[in-house]
Amino acid sequence: MKRFYLMLGVLTLALGAMLVYLLKSNPAAPRVANTAPTTVVDDGFRGYTQGSDSAPVEVTEYGDFECPACAGFAVIQMPTIKEQLIATGKVRWRYRDYPLPMHPYSRLAAHAAHCAGEQGKFWEMHDQLYFNHGWAQTGKNPTGLFRDFARAAGVDLARYDACMESGRYASRIEFSRQEGEQRLVNGTPTFYINGVMYNGRSNSDAFKAAIDSAAAARPRPRPRK
Amino acid sequence: MRNRQAIALLALVGFFLALYLWLHQIGVGGELKCGTGGCDTVQASRWARVLGIPVAAYGVVGYAAILAVALAALQPAALERRRPALLLAALATGGVLFSAWLTYLELFVIHAICRWCVGSAVTITAIWLVALAGLRRKDGLTERG
Repeated sequence: MKRFYLMLGVLTLALGAMLVYLLKSNPAAPRVANTAPTTVVDDGFRGYTQGSDSAPVEVTEYGDFECPACAGFAVIQMPTIKEQLIATGKVRWRYRDYPLPMHPYSRLAAHAAHCAGEQGKFWEMHDQLYFNHGWAQTGKNPTGLFRDFARAAGVDLARYDACMESGRYASRIEFSRQEGEQRLVNGTPTFYINGVMYNGRSNSDAFKAAIDSAAAARPRPRPRK
Repeated sequence: MRNRQAIALLALVGFFLALYLWLHQIGVGGELKCGTGGCDTVQASRWARVLGIPVAAYGVVGYAAILAVALAALQPAALERRRPALLLAALATGGVLFSAWLTYLELFVIHAICRWCVGSAVTITAIWLVALAGLRRKDGLTERG
């Protein structure tokens, strides 16, 4: 019996030590990827797009992956917009980052999306981040969760890890935010339809009406004689 | 006696497994060490809480209860009694059913596997099997309870 209690004590100490090790050795979110760089460089990138290049209307969305309203829009309205407006060639949708300062992991999420984007999976990662938005409510470091999202989005994880560690898109994200600031973005999501700020309701019907109106207002090319 | 000792040791392992997951759920320690698994996906899913309480908290309480009963059952006065064996088997059965339901959710609903959860499922299954074996060993046990 003494031997049993000795074993129990040793096991308790070993498991306790392992627990402390596991809790203390947690890496923080990649610092470079999650902070605004001091120097911002314009690399010519102007956001990921979906939809036809020849679409008569372009919508630019300034979004923040940690923003609940953006997630609500992506989950509830975007599927209809995709089906009725993007897939039909009526609109091209452009996504620009506008990380808000009160969101601690917004830049990290944007960076994760860009790291997926360099493998051609931006929109898949965009959907993962918005459709599984529970991470934004917990306040916990979502680094590991984003990696799971990247895997689900079909991203090569070795390249994703290297990209996140390098923080190479932090400048691009900050450039986008500054661009949004210059365009008077005052919250997320903010939309521009053919360059004009859209102040209507953020639902698919209102978008459809606004996009039809923008398409009708666009000067048509003269027919050749 | 050996059954109860084995249950106590296994319950201690399960307790620490559940404690790690619970501490993570309440924000202690940050990222889960999960290797190639989908622990964060499981922990961030809507199933990570049952009736508003983190699933891992049920594990902490459950394993602590099994450990306490197993240790109490090892006291000289309780060694000859059958009731602690019944109680251990009942607790382990509840645990194994709960764990089976969680494993089903991981495989077919969440589509992600958390290796710590698998560890806990294996542990509670082992406890359950040992507890059932303990029920069958009637030698030296009385029905006094």
